[in-house]
Amino acid sequence: MVRIGAILLRMGLLGMGVGLLAGCSDSWNNPYPGADAHANVLYSAFSERPKHLDPARSYSSNEAEFTGQIYEPPLQYHFLKRPYTLIPLTAEAVPTPHYLDAAGKPLADDAPADAIAESVYEIRIRPGIRYQPHPAFARDAAGHYRYHALDAAAVASKRQIGDFTHTGTRELVAADYVYQIKRLANPRLSSPIFGLMSEHIVGLKALGDTLEKVSMAHPDAELDLNDFPLAGAEVVDRYTYRIHIKGKYPQFIYWLAMPFFAPVPWEADAFYAQPGMADNNLTLDWQPVGTGPYYLSENDPNRRMVLTKNPYYHGETYPEDGDVADRQAGLLADAGKPLPFVDKAVFSLEKETIPYWSKFLQGYYDSSGISSDSFDQAVQFSAGGDPRLTDSMREKGIHLVTAVAASIWYVGFNMLDPVVGGQGEDRRKLRQAISIAFDYDEFISIFLNGRGIPAQGPIPPGLFGYVDGVAGLNPYVYETHDGKIVRHSIEMAKKLLAEAGYPNGRNVKTGEPLVLYFDTMASGPDTKSRLDWMKKQLDKLNVQLVVRGTDYNRFQDKMRKGNAQLFEWGWNADYPDPENFFFLLYGPNKKVATGGENAANYDNPEFNRLFERMKDMDNGPERQQVITAMLEIVRRDAPWIFAYYPKSFGLRHDWVHNVKPNLMANNTLKYRRIDPDLRAARRAEWNRPALWPIMLLVGGVVALIAPAVVAWRRRERTTA
Amino acid sequence: MFAYILRRLLYAIPILIGVNLLTFALFFVVNTPDDMARLQLGAKHVTPEAIERWKVEHGYDKPLLLNTRVTGSAQLTDTLFFKRSAAMFAFEFGKGDDGRDIGNEIRTRMGPSLAIALPVFVVGLLVNITFALLMVFFRATYLDVWGVVLCVVLMSISGLFYIIAGQYFIAKLWNLLPISGYTGGIHGLKFILLPVLVSVVAGIGSGSRWYRTIFLEEIGKDYVRTARAKGLSEIRVLFRHVLKNGMIPILTGAVVVLPLLFMGSLITESFFGIPGLGSYTIDAIQAQDFSVVRAMVFLGSFLYIVGLILTDISYSWVDPRVRLQ
Repeated sequence: MVRIGAILLRMGLLGMGVGLLAGCSDSWNNPYPGADAHANVLYSAFSERPKHLDPARSYSSNEAEFTGQIYEPPLQYHFLKRPYTLIPLTAEAVPTPHYLDAAGKPLADDAPADAIAESVYEIRIRPGIRYQPHPAFARDAAGHYRYHALDAAAVASKRQIGDFTHTGTRELVAADYVYQIKRLANPRLSSPIFGLMSEHIVGLKALGDTLEKVSMAHPDAELDLNDFPLAGAEVVDRYTYRIHIKGKYPQFIYWLAMPFFAPVPWEADAFYAQPGMADNNLTLDWQPVGTGPYYLSENDPNRRMVLTKNPYYHGETYPEDGDVADRQAGLLADAGKPLPFVDKAVFSLEKETIPYWSKFLQGYYDSSGISSDSFDQAVQFSAGGDPRLTDSMREKGIHLVTAVAASIWYVGFNMLDPVVGGQGEDRRKLRQAISIAFDYDEFISIFLNGRGIPAQGPIPPGLFGYVDGVAGLNPYVYETHDGKIVRHSIEMAKKLLAEAGYPNGRNVKTGEPLVLYFDTMASGPDTKSRLDWMKKQLDKLNVQLVVRGTDYNRFQDKMRKGNAQLFEWGWNADYPDPENFFFLLYGPNKKVATGGENAANYDNPEFNRLFERMKDMDNGPERQQVITAMLEIVRRDAPWIFAYYPKSFGLRHDWVHNVKPNLMANNTLKYRRIDPDLRAARRAEWNRPALWPIMLLVGGVVALIAPAVVAWRRRERTTA
Repeated sequence: MFAYILRRLLYAIPILIGVNLLTFALFFVVNTPDDMARLQLGAKHVTPEAIERWKVEHGYDKPLLLNTRVTGSAQLTDTLFFKRSAAMFAFEFGKGDDGRDIGNEIRTRMGPSLAIALPVFVVGLLVNITFALLMVFFRATYLDVWGVVLCVVLMSISGLFYIIAGQYFIAKLWNLLPISGYTGGIHGLKFILLPVLVSVVAGIGSGSRWYRTIFLEEIGKDYVRTARAKGLSEIRVLFRHVLKNGMIPILTGAVVVLPLLFMGSLITESFFGIPGLGSYTIDAIQAQDFSVVRAMVFLGSFLYIVGLILTDISYSWVDPRVRLQ
């Protein structure tokens, strides 16, 4: 018994030691080094590791979170202004295109679109902008590149960019932008926008074909793009370049704010093309080289990625022009101050929502989204339906940030389908009836926790052409009642259904019940309730809905072949222009015929004609008039059930400043400011370790062991 | 023994070819190269030409199993299956669809996987055997009964529950350990403790019951009765005689999984943010990255075969009556 007593004593002392340790060190559950507690570092997370960081390849929003801070296209979106406004980034001014006719003669700015053979964008960049420190630029005393003639043996020991001792930089020049445009045509990069851009940039398709032939003929040789001219992109002087666009394409200006058109130095390609680099994951796709406010100082996409302030950053100041609401929200407190504010941003891989949410509440992440699991814990709705934070969130000083995304979710009717498709009046009424029956107001309330706005047409709020309130409602689905917007009654839907030839849900000629098929990528137990809800909507019309859940590949295949009848899909804006939504309904973009983005295969000649006119117009009353006419056509024809515009809800701690949702810009990290001392104080307060469970555990072990020991001793004595 | 091991290794070659063929067939029944291209190129603005270019650049433009456009042995060798499979037998896994070197990824991720799996294996084995021996020692008493009940309860709970409960109580409520994350070296200890603790506790139920059954079977044998008759204490009987003789079935279960520890745990790694091979496999399946899936299945099969050979060797080591021929 004496020995057991000694063991228990030691365990108790150990527990006390642990307790003392707790008092001495920082929070036990702190996942970051204690020394960084007061550092000017922003902590965030990513749930899916980026696939590509090469600006010619990267197209996902989770990749833009990094590329947006590293690469600098010539233009950017103003951080505060709404509607979204383009301003210069590296360019000296937002370029205005000048037009040429087929003979190459200049045309007036208001020349008709069909007379324009080419639009020329001349972009002048600011001198003195330099690239981040990188070994690709390092030169020796003689001026030769230090790391451009390495062999595989020399590269074998290099696992990270930091393994190269020397770095260098150089000034950004116009040729770097032209070089990147050529990279879009490089078949080895498989740029996702090559197909689209080759339709617009003069000579890009031809360059792609040439490069493909050369690549096939010399599969192991590096393609030096400087050897291949591109007619549509020319260097005018050291700081000026021109892009030639076929015809008129006003939306091209928005592409100039995306990383696809950011500069890439030829030195980077030459550096990464050396033998052994790719084997060690040293590629431009994983180790970007840019001029932005941050550079990727640590890239372990399996664990964490770190952006560090670029010491050569050219400098930019916080915007000084915002509206009254921005001023009231404190978003102009830093007006005129140099950017960026944060020294470093650490992004940790966090695949699951539960640990992400818990760490946010512990103060280890500075901001967070809200998953369905934690929504009720974070947000409640007032009697008026406005979202507000729960008391527990407010007590922690957490702030709610909401924004309507420039996106839409819709249920599409396949217009090639013999039952629901076509332009006949009966089919139109059938689609209108179904549109009324699908009560997306209810859907948003039940399944989205109010995080959405019922859609009235293809254009989401915040874009030119969207009209709010009663003036913007879809009269084929909604009506006003006592000044409120309400859905048409189900009786009206039944009436339309009867007029369509299906009284009470049965075919008037055959007496057969109407059975519709709904294809969706959603499958599994999580989505069952949602799919049941969809069936219930058509039950109201006595119409049966058969849900055909499938995976992403099969779904895409069905859409390409036109085998679906009803389907659900969504679209995120590439740029804030109504063209980017209306083109989803433009006849020549039919998916079955052309592989385009018009998944409903809708083709209305009048709509097509108006689209062709609208896409080339400048924003103004005349364009609004055309858009109104287009909206009337698609609302009447109802090729889509306009479901909802998603609303994003985000949370931030009160030590994070300058947060304003900007759903177009992806370079907003430079505006963030944090108060690290406040954060350190809050973390210490929120994360005091509770020692009683350890004591309880020790006590529990003792309580379990003691009777066992007694029993053992008794048995030993008995045996003896 | 050397000849035996060599023979077993040679047997492994057709097995691995078969596994590879099966993986290949299953994967391409579900995903065509066009699907893979679309997934990689994104959902927007993808043209048929872009898909073709991607396939050519990634070698997915070749026929799957039989190339009828050529003659001779090239009909079999100039195919996607051959080009992608032959190098694997030299453990050259090539690149994933994201362009990263798979061999490099495996080498990098093996450490974190082992950092969790090895302590879980060792500590779990010790805890389970100890708990099982305790139940056997106190057999037919209330401690044994409640021990078995506890085991059944522990077995009945989903593994995910242990993870969520562990994270909630230990990391979130009591603030004792980080909820997730990973770093190398000694500083990584605080990240490893929680997943190891959770995994060990989650395995106690099934492990202890299994070992208890083994020991109970042993304890009824003649040699145990003889040992007791000689006046040995119960502790000595259990730890010196029963434990040693119970090692063969324990080894069956334990040694075979030893090489597979490298492969990591799919769920644990995902929840605790451990950058190991388990999460690598899950990511690859979700991203439909055939190159990685195939490499991981191949590696898993190979390690399983190695595990079986090791088990056989350990038999002869533990039980001199077993001879490998």
